Amino acid sequence: MLDALMKIFGKKEKSGAIAKQRLQVVLIHDRANVSPEVMENLKNDIIKVISNYMEINQHDMEISLANDDDSVALVANIPVSRMKHDKGEHA
Amino acid sequence: MSKIFVITSGKGGVGKTTTTANLGVGLAMRGQKVALIDTDTGLRNLDLLLGLENRIMYDLIDVTEGRVPYKKALVRHKKYETLFLLPTSQVKDKMAVNPEQLVKLCDEMRKEFDYILIDCPAGIEQGFKTAIAAADVAIVVTMPEISAVRDADKIIGELGRADKDTIKLIVNRIRPQMVEAGDMLAMDDINDILSIDCIGQVPDDVKVVTSTNRGEPCITMKDSQAGQAYRNIVGRIMGENVPFMKFEKEGFLARLKHVFGM
Repeated sequence: MLDALMKIFGKKEKSGAIAKQRLQVVLIHDRANVSPEVMENLKNDIIKVISNYMEINQHDMEISLANDDDSVALVANIPVSRMKHDKGEHA
Repeated sequence: MSKIFVITSGKGGVGKTTTTANLGVGLAMRGQKVALIDTDTGLRNLDLLLGLENRIMYDLIDVTEGRVPYKKALVRHKKYETLFLLPTSQVKDKMAVNPEQLVKLCDEMRKEFDYILIDCPAGIEQGFKTAIAAADVAIVVTMPEISAVRDADKIIGELGRADKDTIKLIVNRIRPQMVEAGDMLAMDDINDILSIDCIGQVPDDVKVVTSTNRGEPCITMKDSQAGQAYRNIVGRIMGENVPFMKFEKEGFLARLKHVFGM
């Protein structure tokens, strides 16, 4: 939201603020000690389960850990192409 | 009985050795009896920063391997006579000392000194584990830069895992103009991220370079901003309540430009 407003007003975000945001994100991963491999496995497992119910766009799917106040949240953004009404459709 | 500090950072080049030299000289200037132990074996530099490089006879490894008693290896500072350096070896490597040896040595030295400061090598491997083993307090030095803050966070985690729970932060090489312009992480940002008690904010100062050239830490220079910041840290270490210094503000023209978003 703030990013969008910044863009509208043509004002570039200060690099100090960008540094802080990038640090906060990277430290969530560092502190959680979750390797990229674990995240990839988790992503693949989620795809497997969700694919039973709907067709999803795997390429645009994003999954990450985020800071939610004092706790860490797993945030997934999974674009749905189409619902599968017949659950037995999948292989 | 002395208080033992380890000065550590994870990342190299943030100013661990400079901090150790300045705090050592500063404490000695205040009449304290201080020992500085260089544990950066193979890459020793604390002797250079103190101007003591030509006086070394024995080193830390000679002591830990039992060839000489530690008192024989100590180098007394020329000017500050209550300041002593225990240099390390320039030819051995980090595996030459283990944590148990350093703990044993510090226990022995504790009776003689008010403060023992241990200069830790960069990294999180064996050299780091040895350097922190004997410390009562860990001072983490960082810079307002993402890589340095990330490494500081990692080091704080490692210290916690080693049950070193008294951790203090020094933020070095702050450029107040850049912070004011929003182009450098501010103290508040770093405090938000690391959540560690901060005992020092040291501005970037060309006098650190010139004083290092001469082998005289900048804490002795009255007109050095970094020197003032280090003197303040020394006061805080000695239990005084010293307010954080205000950095020199940018000039009128720069401020005007800032107001007009230029």
